[in-house]
Amino acid sequence: MSRDKSYAAVMARKNEIMKKALGVDYEEYELSDIAFDYDSLMEDVHLTMEDIRRIQREVSVGDTPLVELKNLTALARKFSESGKGARIFIKDEAGNPSGSFKDRRASLSVYKAKELGYKGVVTATSGNYGAAVASQAAKLGLKCIVVQECYDSEGIGQPEILEKRRKCEALGAEVISLTVGPELFYTFLSILEETGYFNASLYSSFGIRGVESLGYEIAEEVKEKYGKFPEAVLVTHAGGGNLTGTARGLRQAGAEETKVIGVSVDLKGLHMASDVDFNKKSFTTGHTGFGIPFATFPDRSDVPRSAARPLRYMDEYYLVKQGEVFYMTEALAQLEGLERGPAGNTSLTAAFAMARTMKDTDILVVQETEYTGAGKHPLAQLSFARERGVEVYFGNADEEVPGKNIILPKSPEDIRLRPVDLENLKRSLLKNIVADKKIERVTELDLFYLMEEVRASYDFVKLELQLLGVNVVL
Amino acid sequence: MKIGKETWVEIHDIVLKPEERTGNLPEETKKVPLEMRLKGFLLEEAELGDRVKIRTVTGRIVEGTLLKENPVYEHGYGETFIPELLTIGQNLRAMLEVDHE
Repeated sequence: MSRDKSYAAVMARKNEIMKKALGVDYEEYELSDIAFDYDSLMEDVHLTMEDIRRIQREVSVGDTPLVELKNLTALARKFSESGKGARIFIKDEAGNPSGSFKDRRASLSVYKAKELGYKGVVTATSGNYGAAVASQAAKLGLKCIVVQECYDSEGIGQPEILEKRRKCEALGAEVISLTVGPELFYTFLSILEETGYFNASLYSSFGIRGVESLGYEIAEEVKEKYGKFPEAVLVTHAGGGNLTGTARGLRQAGAEETKVIGVSVDLKGLHMASDVDFNKKSFTTGHTGFGIPFATFPDRSDVPRSAARPLRYMDEYYLVKQGEVFYMTEALAQLEGLERGPAGNTSLTAAFAMARTMKDTDILVVQETEYTGAGKHPLAQLSFARERGVEVYFGNADEEVPGKNIILPKSPEDIRLRPVDLENLKRSLLKNIVADKKIERVTELDLFYLMEEVRASYDFVKLELQLLGVNVVL
Repeated sequence: MKIGKETWVEIHDIVLKPEERTGNLPEETKKVPLEMRLKGFLLEEAELGDRVKIRTVTGRIVEGTLLKENPVYEHGYGETFIPELLTIGQNLRAMLEVDHE
């Protein structure tokens, strides 16, 4: 079969390729121009929490330690008013087979691929998910191809992504390393078409449901040991799957009041498709370059309808600075004896600041850690940054300009909470939905769908739509 | 110098030339090609810079320009010393030691 493999031709076949590679007919869930049946999409995974945990236990995923960070809590209390300083716990997801919570996502995706009879899996990711998929593929006897964005036009690889390449190769996967650019999607589609493998997407319903066990375990263990659910769980937010899955799991365990808080590294000012900016950042995931776009338009993912829909679940959203996260990575290692990768400490950083504002009887859980090693380490990243002309120094982290400097806080009490206005993000999501499909009128069904999408009131959504010039037909 | 058949190598290829790139990109990215790097076993003996075919670990046959013979991993813990990191742990421990006494 000799098909036109050019960019335009392959992109034109996108829907056909995706349908064959996903095992889900997304069209079935569409309800109108705007709305789709999210609940059914998730229910149709047809797995209970017991099933998910059983599948995961089969492959040694999950049941990770919940560690109380007594020294970091004591440190936070030194800078808190009396009666304040919540207990900080961390869920040591680095204990999973490939070293991150992504194993939970991959375990279900690859399980699904095997169940449906695919011979291999493909994933487009420059992050830990690639290694997770490779690990699960190895366990289940499937082939694996990872497509990643690793180099700039001068052939310089981001150290963290070079380590991902190594890790995936170590687990037996084929790794296609590209230079910067969204056209990675074209390569990804071409590989799917050529191989007929399964798209183990980060954004599939099975992938997101795989993360639910993480939220469920946290709720269950805290309730069992301390007699209550945690007051808050902090989740690093990029594409939204981490937050969505964790929130859903918490709710399923009965933790209805637990606040679900998203945290991202602030990389505003850097362009994610820039050949120049690419190697000027020290975090390749868990940052605003993904966090904001995916919150305000989840369906930009590689599947027609993303199962990761963060604004449905996020109670609060905070930003932290690169320097602050490197600082907390050192603190975790030197005060708690846990050497973990910096990207996995994004929410820990916000937790440290947040604990100081909460009661000392409150429980705050940082929902993940990731493995560390060559490339995935403060030494590797700060060295790389310095070599590229990014200044590294102690100072006021508020003055950090991504790509120009990395400012380490002088004292732990300087680590601050920087809230993001969720209402503004909700407005952006509504605006993007209207613009994407050129919506001129909405029905009541659409309105109720949008109320769920942004978790806002009827009046809020109706007003925003009217401001966007959309006719609300009831 | 000829690199033998079945040697583990890295190839390079241009996926999209600059003029073939998608519209919505910053200038600096638009002017450079989208490139690919991939490892596999060399099918026929060749020299660096030759156009070759490899067999990847999943069994795909892919064509590209021969870039490296027996590639090694070069990323590590950085080549530039970062004195700042040394002080953080020390300072934090001192802060807590006051309490532990």
